[in-house]
Amino acid sequence: LFADAVWGALRGLETFSQLVGRDENGTYYINETEIVDFPRFAHRGLLLDTSRHYLPLKAILETLDVMAYNKFNVFHWHIVDDPSFPYESLTFPELSKQGAFNAMTHVYTADDVQTVIEYARLRGIRVIAEFDTPGHTLSWGPGAPGLLTPCYLGKDPSGTYGPINPILNSTYQFVSGLFQEVSTVFPDFFLHLGGDEVDFTCWKSNPKIRAFMREMGFGEDYKKLESFYIQRLLDIISSLGKGYIVWQEVFDNSVEVRPDTIIHVWKENPTPYMQEMANVTKAGYRALLSAPWYLNRISYGQDWMAAYKVEPLDFEGSPEQKHRVIGGEACMWGEYVDVTNLAPRLWPRAGAVAERLWSNATVRNLQDAYVRLADFRCKLLGRGVQAQPLYVGYCEHEFGG
Amino acid sequence: HLTVTEPVAVLKADEVWGALRGLETFSQLVHEDDYGSFLVNESEIDDFPRFAHRGILLDTSRHYLPLKSILTNLDAMAFNKFNVLHWHIVDDQSFPYQSIYFPELSDKGAYSYNHIYTPADVQLVIEYARLRGIRVIPEFDTPGHTQSWGKGQKDLLTPCYNGEQPTGSFGPVNPILNTTYDFMTKFFKEISSVFPDAYIHLGGDEVNFDCWRSNPEVKEFMKKQGFGTDYAKLESYYIQKILDIVSSYNKGYMVWQEVFDNRAQLKPDTVVQVWMQNNYAHELSSVTGAGFTAILAAPWYLDYISYGQDWKKYYSVEPLNFPGSEKQKKLLIGGEACLWGEFVDATNLTPRLWPRASAVGERLFVTDLHDAYKRLTNHRCRMLR
Repeated sequence: LFADAVWGALRGLETFSQLVGRDENGTYYINETEIVDFPRFAHRGLLLDTSRHYLPLKAILETLDVMAYNKFNVFHWHIVDDPSFPYESLTFPELSKQGAFNAMTHVYTADDVQTVIEYARLRGIRVIAEFDTPGHTLSWGPGAPGLLTPCYLGKDPSGTYGPINPILNSTYQFVSGLFQEVSTVFPDFFLHLGGDEVDFTCWKSNPKIRAFMREMGFGEDYKKLESFYIQRLLDIISSLGKGYIVWQEVFDNSVEVRPDTIIHVWKENPTPYMQEMANVTKAGYRALLSAPWYLNRISYGQDWMAAYKVEPLDFEGSPEQKHRVIGGEACMWGEYVDVTNLAPRLWPRAGAVAERLWSNATVRNLQDAYVRLADFRCKLLGRGVQAQPLYVGYCEHEFGG
Repeated sequence: HLTVTEPVAVLKADEVWGALRGLETFSQLVHEDDYGSFLVNESEIDDFPRFAHRGILLDTSRHYLPLKSILTNLDAMAFNKFNVLHWHIVDDQSFPYQSIYFPELSDKGAYSYNHIYTPADVQLVIEYARLRGIRVIPEFDTPGHTQSWGKGQKDLLTPCYNGEQPTGSFGPVNPILNTTYDFMTKFFKEISSVFPDAYIHLGGDEVNFDCWRSNPEVKEFMKKQGFGTDYAKLESYYIQKILDIVSSYNKGYMVWQEVFDNRAQLKPDTVVQVWMQNNYAHELSSVTGAGFTAILAAPWYLDYISYGQDWKKYYSVEPLNFPGSEKQKKLLIGGEACLWGEFVDATNLTPRLWPRASAVGERLFVTDLHDAYKRLTNHRCRMLR
């Protein structure tokens, strides 16, 4: 097995392991073979959400194993969000103390995080952490008083909170401190900064924020306030020597971002995602595709086929534009997912996305893919993965059989 | 009737089955305090099920389910006071039931030798269920859904024709041959003795008439019988003979709604299972209006997954919401949550069935419903333990 870098060798070893067959007598054999292979896209990722439901370390490590079997090479760790803050921060220990579902049992210690990063590295998988702001931050509030915007009902605070408060200096001090730590903890060059679904209602209700809007001449355009926050955040991250990935709203809302920003396309409307891919790449940014690959959106039947049929470069654009599509990610959001159903919901469906990102664009015959994916699913069962069936049928050795 | 006081708790029930349900209730009253001590509050509970038939359908033909997964599921059913396992054991895709009289059926029809339920396996399921107060009603679905039967039983299925020539493929059970009924007589004799429940489910759903229509001998038979081109009559002819066979073994039978819809002659104690989604309330009226007992499955096909909290729509079904008299309403004896197996096996059975089926379980047991979300999430955590 020859490879330019150790990562290629890892992929080649995986291929080799899949070539091994077993005959009727139980003897392992391998056919004489010659294979030259390389991935079509460099960024082939899987997103896990450990905020909507805590995922025990073991579940994450198992997922990394199966990612390696599927030649995924990026683990996008959407580690915190509104419902819970399981990340144990050295700089701000109160964040998880107050924000985790249970600060004793539903947290990732510094050790846990390093375990994940190293386990992934040995499998050729980069870990890109996402600390999504300024929205999706409710769980940050209890451990960081004054961070979130107090919402108002008329003249008085309503008692509820909204996105991060963009008008306070303390906000930027806090964010600086946190990302200083995050930048050292996670070795990858890129951090995912989120920036999606910022609800302006709370900002609009707060009189101090309204005053700030007037001062800055933003008028009634709260997108400008969002941009104000994001730009300062991006400067902080840059000064820490990291690159960043952001959800598409940051681009859609015309925030000024560095040219080497990667835009993560996830929405199917109002702009169809292929159009968004065209717009993002036309503006000179690199793009990641996730919109058609939200694996948490289950439905009856063989939905892996729809995921497989996606063609990431199916938009009108120059070759330079097409080169800016660096890959994509299958996303398993956690609203209805935890360790009880993670593996069957992920596998083998995510395999369809993995092949789409690795293999040549010409590899798209569904019948052929079905046979190979069904066979691969039985292999996964043999490796102890709780991968669910594609359709009627059987494997030699069933799960729990 | 459950009374919890000091120093003892007393559980009274008319039958052992009631005692089982009461023990389950008691087990759910136990909670832990901050120090890890187990406590039960002083309580007095009077409970009884609203409906007598509260079932789960499992399909072991589209995918084989290892014994362990069936047994785990029986435990979960007991936690949710389900009392019927509707075992849809064979179908087109595979025949895992190892028959004593006809061993070829599973020899040739199962996915493999490792995908079989031996007589010992079957008895294990039945006894495991019985100890939890769960009846096991097997379904041997005919005349449709029988592709796998043809592998081990020559001449059972109808050969399909293209013009004058057999195509090599087969359709439903062949209703015109005596050998068919000889086989069924012997086969159901075995089933009647293997499965102790008073009822057997005989299927009768989704019979595709194309193959029958194509077969010259079948066409000849239709003429002789005066059925014209109404193949529903041929289907009923077949079904009636099977029903008679099964009756002769002193078993009652359950059938899918098509058997009723196609006007087969049914014994008065037949149970009709309503499964077609379209206007099922109307079907319930018809079935009970004709004096037959009914079971509702139509709104509870749990294999139809979708994104979000779909348990709410299962919970909000009111089975008695159909036009009919008091007498008719009494004929609806319960329902079943169905988990068809096209996309389900032991890798995803448990998370797909629970706790969604719990919503159905409560709907079938309880008369007064409230605060469902909070109680269901607590119950889900309890089942994890």
